[in-house]
Amino acid sequence: MTALLEVRNLVTEFPGEAGNGLRAVDDVSFRLGRGEVLGLVGESGSGKSVTGFSIMGLVDWPGRVAGGQILFDGEDIARADEETRRSLRGRRIAMVFQDPMMTLNPVLRIGTQMTEALHAHERMSATAARERARDALGLVGIPSPEERLDAYPHQFSGGMRQRVAIAIALLHRPDLIIADEPTTALDVTIQAQIISEFQKLTEDQGTAVIWITHDLAIVSGLADRIAVMYGGRIVETGNIEDVLVAPKHPYTHGLIRSVPSQNSRGHRLAQIPGVTPSLARMPEGCAFRTRCERATDACTARPGRFGDVLAYHRCFHPHEEALV
Amino acid sequence: MTMAETVAGASTPLLELRKVSCRFGARPDLAARIAIALGAAKPFPIIHALDKVDLTIRKGEVLGLVGESGCGKSTLGRIAAGILPPSEGQVFWKGEDRATLRGSRQRDADLEAQMIFQNPMAALNPRMTVEKLVAEAPGIHGLIKGSTGSYVDDYLTKAGFDPAMKKRLPHQFSGGQRARVNIARALAVQPDFLVCDESVAALDVSIQAQILNLFMDLREQLDLTYLFVSHDLGVVEHISDRVAIMYLGRVIEEAPVAEIFSRPNHPYTQQLLAEVPRIRPGKRRFAAMKGELPSPLNPPKGCHFHPRCPHAHDRCRIEVPQKREIAPGHISACHLNDKQAV
Repeated sequence: MTALLEVRNLVTEFPGEAGNGLRAVDDVSFRLGRGEVLGLVGESGSGKSVTGFSIMGLVDWPGRVAGGQILFDGEDIARADEETRRSLRGRRIAMVFQDPMMTLNPVLRIGTQMTEALHAHERMSATAARERARDALGLVGIPSPEERLDAYPHQFSGGMRQRVAIAIALLHRPDLIIADEPTTALDVTIQAQIISEFQKLTEDQGTAVIWITHDLAIVSGLADRIAVMYGGRIVETGNIEDVLVAPKHPYTHGLIRSVPSQNSRGHRLAQIPGVTPSLARMPEGCAFRTRCERATDACTARPGRFGDVLAYHRCFHPHEEALV
Repeated sequence: MTMAETVAGASTPLLELRKVSCRFGARPDLAARIAIALGAAKPFPIIHALDKVDLTIRKGEVLGLVGESGCGKSTLGRIAAGILPPSEGQVFWKGEDRATLRGSRQRDADLEAQMIFQNPMAALNPRMTVEKLVAEAPGIHGLIKGSTGSYVDDYLTKAGFDPAMKKRLPHQFSGGQRARVNIARALAVQPDFLVCDESVAALDVSIQAQILNLFMDLREQLDLTYLFVSHDLGVVEHISDRVAIMYLGRVIEEAPVAEIFSRPNHPYTQQLLAEVPRIRPGKRRFAAMKGELPSPLNPPKGCHFHPRCPHAHDRCRIEVPQKREIAPGHISACHLNDKQAV
């Protein structure tokens, strides 16, 4: 069986000041099966969002996908023309953004925006579209959906707006949803509500999900597999349990141990020294080596992938033992 | 002497809030007041940000203040830091009513409590260099005895910021470095008490860990007391000695950190703590508390939590539950505790 999505050696570049290309996404490869949930984890500037935008075909000029393949259902969409991309976008691949106000037009009623999205890909009567929109709002747990179709985005709370954004993403029952930090701006309780709705709906519809986040805790309960990004590269990927219990890459290791929790109470947190270097000043070889306690001279060479596409890391000195 | 003994040994609390309320609303002018009196206009809406809150902070402790957005935790933080006067109630700073302080005593009280804000960029003047930002307040208040340069260097170093970069402007730094400048700026007036309002919320995980460690080091070095306002339960659990949970303008539960996380009493606390995302391999169902925080313009009668509470009964809809101590140092405001007592 072919994978739903296979990204091979994806490179996305933005022009730098000196005329050289800054690689926001650098040689990223992963595979996603139908109905699978992949947690794409990284800190700001690690390239996780740009990876999502690249798959959607939403990288704005002057940025561009400079290399690699994006195989969606066996077909390479990295080089596809705009018409093909457009027919996929919203219909078979949908995206949910961190800020729902980015998705919603503030001067149009919710109903108008939802039926617009339906008419973009399907021929249907206005009444039928309105009914579909109403049902979609009901599915994501919005009370009295019929009346809410006539409301404007500002009349909703942040959590409700995110539900609307998710309802729009799910309208065409896409095969893949890319969720870019959809709960980061929300309260814990609302976050749990949104994740629970999202989990239910994607499982019912067999939708594959790429959940982009900086929050390891969310991913640990939600994802089947995880990919950790640093400096534009996936430094480690694998089954969620394997990676969280026995992280191999020192960055993953440090990241997991720097999350405050009940076990860390009263102790100092393990901290990764320094800050993420900017793209223009990414060190040669392993991007993490300047912050890494295990780094040696060997790390000035660029680490390749150790392992297969489903589970690999990029480190010359990986951790062997499990985390305590 | 352990931290617990120090805390218990202190006689007067560092800060005590008694029945503090805070309301926000437009003040109607004369014409509007006449119109309202005649029934020609509706009264202006008033937001009840805080409703008779009692809170005590002892010297040397870290109190975590948790709640959803809009529950009034930032307002409480501002009142505690002394930058917002309460609409009602009293704030005692080292045993003295803050409203009655005058002159140098008032100035000292203001300097002794400092606040570190959520957005470091908004809190730093973009046109001032780091050196000027840190030196400004202590300079005005005459706290710098020797040279300004070495005074600034000293505090920047304390905050883990390289003094060699002090001639630069805030926009030239990363979020973590800006957070450090903010901390140095607050420390420079030699406070006893820091109010951290979501101070690590905007930072990346690895930077957040650095700043949290810095807070803990500073507490030991400078004998600081913290009010740590956050919506991140993991962070609060990590750094606090005691935790207070707020819901819609009221503190509904208060207890030592280990107690509240192992034996939460109030139904809201129980549900809130069940949502703490933890790194725990294995797929799980995300169960959700129903509903959202009601509007503080029109809070529900009785217990504010009753519309979302699975145990709500008639009494909760009418009567505001009183706080009672259910275990040593563990205070909760829920009618269910009365039932069990009978």
